[in-house]
Amino acid sequence: MTEMTLVEAVNSALAYELDADDNVIVLGEDIGVNGGVFRATVGLQERFGEQRVLDTPLAETLIAGVAVGMAAQGLRPIVEIQFMGFIYSTIDQILNHASRLRNRSHGRLTCPLVLRAPFGGGIHAPEHHSESTEAIFAHIPGLRVVIPSSPARAYGLLLAAIRDPDPVVFLEPKRIYRLVKQDVVDNGEALPLDTCYILREGADVTLVSWGGSLHETQLAANALAVDGVDAEVIDVVTLKPLDVQTILDSVAKTGRCVVVHEAARTAGFGAEIAAQLAEHGLLNLYAPVRRVTGYDTVMPLYKLEGYYLPSVEQIIAAVREVLEFG
Amino acid sequence: MAGDQLNAEGVSRRVASFDIRYTQYLDMEGRPVQPLPALADDPEQIVSLYRAMVLHRTFDAKAIALQRTGSLGTYAPCLGQEAVFAAVGAVMREEDVLVPYYRECGAQLLRGVTMTELLLYWGGDERGMNFEGPRGDFPCCVPIASQIPHAAGVAMAMKYRGEPRVTVTVFGDGAMSKGEFYETANAAAVWNLPLVFVANNNQWAISVPRNEQTRCETLAQKAVAAGFAGEQVDGNDLIAVMTRLSAAIDKARDGGGPTLIEAVTYRLSDHTTADDASRYRSEAEVEENRQYDPVIRIRRYLVNNAYWNDDKEQRLEQECREAVEQAVQAYLDTPPRAPESMFDHLYEKLPVAYAGQRDELVHKGEKS
Repeated sequence: MTEMTLVEAVNSALAYELDADDNVIVLGEDIGVNGGVFRATVGLQERFGEQRVLDTPLAETLIAGVAVGMAAQGLRPIVEIQFMGFIYSTIDQILNHASRLRNRSHGRLTCPLVLRAPFGGGIHAPEHHSESTEAIFAHIPGLRVVIPSSPARAYGLLLAAIRDPDPVVFLEPKRIYRLVKQDVVDNGEALPLDTCYILREGADVTLVSWGGSLHETQLAANALAVDGVDAEVIDVVTLKPLDVQTILDSVAKTGRCVVVHEAARTAGFGAEIAAQLAEHGLLNLYAPVRRVTGYDTVMPLYKLEGYYLPSVEQIIAAVREVLEFG
Repeated sequence: MAGDQLNAEGVSRRVASFDIRYTQYLDMEGRPVQPLPALADDPEQIVSLYRAMVLHRTFDAKAIALQRTGSLGTYAPCLGQEAVFAAVGAVMREEDVLVPYYRECGAQLLRGVTMTELLLYWGGDERGMNFEGPRGDFPCCVPIASQIPHAAGVAMAMKYRGEPRVTVTVFGDGAMSKGEFYETANAAAVWNLPLVFVANNNQWAISVPRNEQTRCETLAQKAVAAGFAGEQVDGNDLIAVMTRLSAAIDKARDGGGPTLIEAVTYRLSDHTTADDASRYRSEAEVEENRQYDPVIRIRRYLVNNAYWNDDKEQRLEQECREAVEQAVQAYLDTPPRAPESMFDHLYEKLPVAYAGQRDELVHKGEKS
């Protein structure tokens, strides 16, 4: 058992799987000697060599496309994209190729790659570094979209993503890369994908979130508990495919739901959860589903990002609203 | 110093220079313009490739006819570019990997993809991409140039495993305006990959002529900017394409890294069956280019050397017609897929989240 931050857990999972499986190749920009801009790959090239931990030319489309080719040959490439703002030139490769290679060839060729990228705001980063556009990927058939929110989950979920036979977009909330330390057992044990994680059980309201926002969501739940409100907190973890049943079951119990995410509201992933609740859980609801999200604005530069990100107070206010409804 | 030049600002020194070779062996009459390479000593192989080119052309014409009569979807014809495809198919080894674009039937046929599979694909059925032949080859690629980085990844896997295998990727002149080409060329040199880039320069990217794609004198020289060798061949001269492609593949297999072969040819057909090339180019230009027809040229060569005659030609035409008819029949007789099978290869195992949608589809159209 070692105490680790989330980014250290990512590093440990990468190291574990590089060691366990010769087919695993880590590639990206500045991930070798430099150890990655967030140091997620620190020490890996030194330990596993330049063939396994590969600095690429500065070309994101290339990196994603190369990973598709490697994966089709049975390798397990793990791509690091430095920031979410640089991920968009990979979308052609992810949407047109990685996510559909198995389907196009009826299983003759497959694409077991992982595309890792830090995402979200809150670290006073430069322009184009702080967006949360996970919903874009959650819209793509054939893909998995996985977002950890703690060191232990980052470790186990990344291992699962690497071992998954299909492509996974693995988004790391960089705001909490070093926020907390947690005991992680570096034993190569993966955590299940395609399932929500209940972080806290409660009877009065269901709070659904993922990634960095879970930090504020859990703080809100703690504050509410002091006032006698018993909130259930669900970490969605795998946005695609969504384990909607866990959310429906929770709402069947609580009758109230608040979804929290950093991404812009319109067509954010919270809209999908609200729609699923409306389709399959309407009669269990005592109040409309509330969304506490980023605004439908361009992600502001860092002077205003604190105003953009969902706050503990906003979450508590939304919970009050659904509790007092009707 | 050699190459120093005095100008108004002082002396500048030449730090790089390049030239681009162009190779042709046969003229339009099929006569050698220079001593032929060693592969011409094996007329059987050339005859067999000529046969493959005629079969490809027969298939191509049939595919267009099927599209016109509603039995096939939009199809990208290959008329006039058969030599490039034949050379690619002939020179690669079975264990090599082809990463093609969408105008590629000739090479795919030689690699072992069947005509029925090709018809299934162009007839709107994914089963046509699950071909029995070259299991590692990529299927056709429609988004221009997006397949080129896959070839680098495949080549990287070969290199990583120390296998003496080579990846060949084919694309058109239009693709070379795209970032994927430049990014991959750059990386292929940095990583010294066993990768051969084949540019099928057929002069037209749908309606935009090659000279409006780039001001480069040759497309081949784009490799030079990436730090490796590029060269031109007469893409209508089977012997020239085979010879130079063969050298490039051998070099890649021996660890010599990438090469770009620009095969200069001409798209005698429309871009696809949904295109009308008369909107943007003159019939006179097309007519002018018919004299360079690669199939006619290699036939003339074979006839000139008494490796081929009218009798054989007639028999070949008959054989090709029969083979194509047989493949078409097999295609038309292929039972349709169950609609819900569109869920079957989405993931290795269909996630629970989508089981309900699959059921929905199973019952779609049922009266309630």
